[in-house]
Amino acid sequence: MIDPVVVAQNLSKTYGAARVVNGVDFSIPRGRCYGFLGPNGAGKTTTLRLMLGLTPKSGGALEAFGLPVHEHASQIRRRVGVVPQADNLDPDFTVAENLRVYASYFALPSAGLDARIDALLEFVALAERRHARTHTLSGGMQRRLTIARALINEPELVVLDEPTTGLDPQARHVIWGRLAELRAAGTTLILTTHYMEEAERLCDELVIMDHGSILSHGSPAQLIAEHVEPEVVEIRGESSIARFDALECRTERMGTSLYCYTHDAAPLLAELHDTHTQFVHRPSGLEDVFLKLTGRELRD
Amino acid sequence: MANEAGTVAMGWDPWRIPRLRRGAFAVWRRNVLVWRRLVIPSLLLNFGEPTLYLLGLGFGLGHFIGEMGGMPYITFLASGMIASSAMTTASYEAMYSVYTRMVPQKTYEAILATPLEIEDILAGELLWCATKSLLSGCAILAVAALLGVVQGWQALFVLPVVLLIGLCFAAPALLMTAASPGYEFFNYYFVLIITPMFIMCGVFYPVSTLPAVVQEFVHVLPLTHAVALTRPIVSGQPLTQPLLHTLVLLLYMTVFYYAAVVVIRKRLLN
Repeated sequence: MIDPVVVAQNLSKTYGAARVVNGVDFSIPRGRCYGFLGPNGAGKTTTLRLMLGLTPKSGGALEAFGLPVHEHASQIRRRVGVVPQADNLDPDFTVAENLRVYASYFALPSAGLDARIDALLEFVALAERRHARTHTLSGGMQRRLTIARALINEPELVVLDEPTTGLDPQARHVIWGRLAELRAAGTTLILTTHYMEEAERLCDELVIMDHGSILSHGSPAQLIAEHVEPEVVEIRGESSIARFDALECRTERMGTSLYCYTHDAAPLLAELHDTHTQFVHRPSGLEDVFLKLTGRELRD
Repeated sequence: MANEAGTVAMGWDPWRIPRLRRGAFAVWRRNVLVWRRLVIPSLLLNFGEPTLYLLGLGFGLGHFIGEMGGMPYITFLASGMIASSAMTTASYEAMYSVYTRMVPQKTYEAILATPLEIEDILAGELLWCATKSLLSGCAILAVAALLGVVQGWQALFVLPVVLLIGLCFAAPALLMTAASPGYEFFNYYFVLIITPMFIMCGVFYPVSTLPAVVQEFVHVLPLTHAVALTRPIVSGQPLTQPLLHTLVLLLYMTVFYYAAVVVIRKRLLN
């Protein structure tokens, strides 16, 4: 791999007896979008905080831009943009002032700052709201402003912790579009998510995490090919079919649905057509990989 | 291996000595920008309170008291209140406002994603709290001058002292904030620390009138040293042991600022 931006070796983080990050290894290539996919409590946010030097590691090695993170945290953060899970815009300021004040924390030169703020507000479609106070913005606008704020220092790497959680589909699509543009411009993106669609659309590479460990790593297509059969038939409600083995199906039950994973769904579909069972036939996706690897029980 | 037990935090030491870096001034400047927005109500508080105290107590009580400590009572009161007001202003700011920025508003979380560190944030806050003390000191001095109780231009030398008093009292208040689970916690500090100093440290009457045992205790408290500096400067009397008083204030500032940095590092970077 050429010139990785962040490299972790056997990285771990413990709180008392709890191992929140449990000896993970990863190497994040420059200019790509790298995802951390996992259920709540998998250790994704802690991994990001470790990368930013915002929490001490308990073991292993972690480098960003070739520098050990915890000795050079301040230096590293100068080159990184951060979009936190919950917006923490400064409520005492307007939209444009939020960017200007944030720029002062990076000690950015004032020459060209106005132009940069204008360009960023244009980029996130907030130019018209530049004098609005942040609490008057919708959730989607606040998120976009947070993204603009993360870009104020022209970062080489942008770290996003669940960038679209809690947003409506329109707002989510706008943000995906902006992130795709950033990546196309050569910025490295690291994001955590539990939205499969987001991971499939944005991530070149991703790891699936649970209980502090990395369960699998690869591109979305690689992960699907590696872990699940290519086709799924999802049967809703009760079904009279009992001989899945003969049809070469691997079955899993979740809620009131039965998932049948197979390399060839034709025989099963033929049987289903003769009954009046409700079903959906679709290609396997990341969600199937995710549920297979992390299990189906409820997480809180 | 110590790491395996998770007890050793590698490459990270909460006890590291804080440095003063440029970032502190960015945090200070942020607060100035917010203050600019609320300048009218802030100034109303800065001018209104001392005016009421000086008119009400200074003239009212002063009528019966006449002179105290070799000066008119209103001068005695004004020269003490310049110190006590610096104390309360810095304490309020370092507790209620700093806590608001740290916890509900998550301003520090946002700042910590930039090159700034906890020590920069707290140094900026400390400086800002002292700046607010300075504003309140200027207001009292202006009111006192208008009432004709300031003895001359030498009184202006009290302003750098007020800044130092603000720094001295902001630091322990920051430590309270660092350890605080919520706003209610600050009531303890005001009732047990700030109000007793306000009453006992020579703002309203000379410390020498207190029982000997109490005096010894009061001489350890920073407000006593603050008043010992502001009173002679404002009233035009000679200073006694200015170096000692200054050092005591600096010591309080240094020790408590360092403690606040350590506690907040442990709280936010856990």
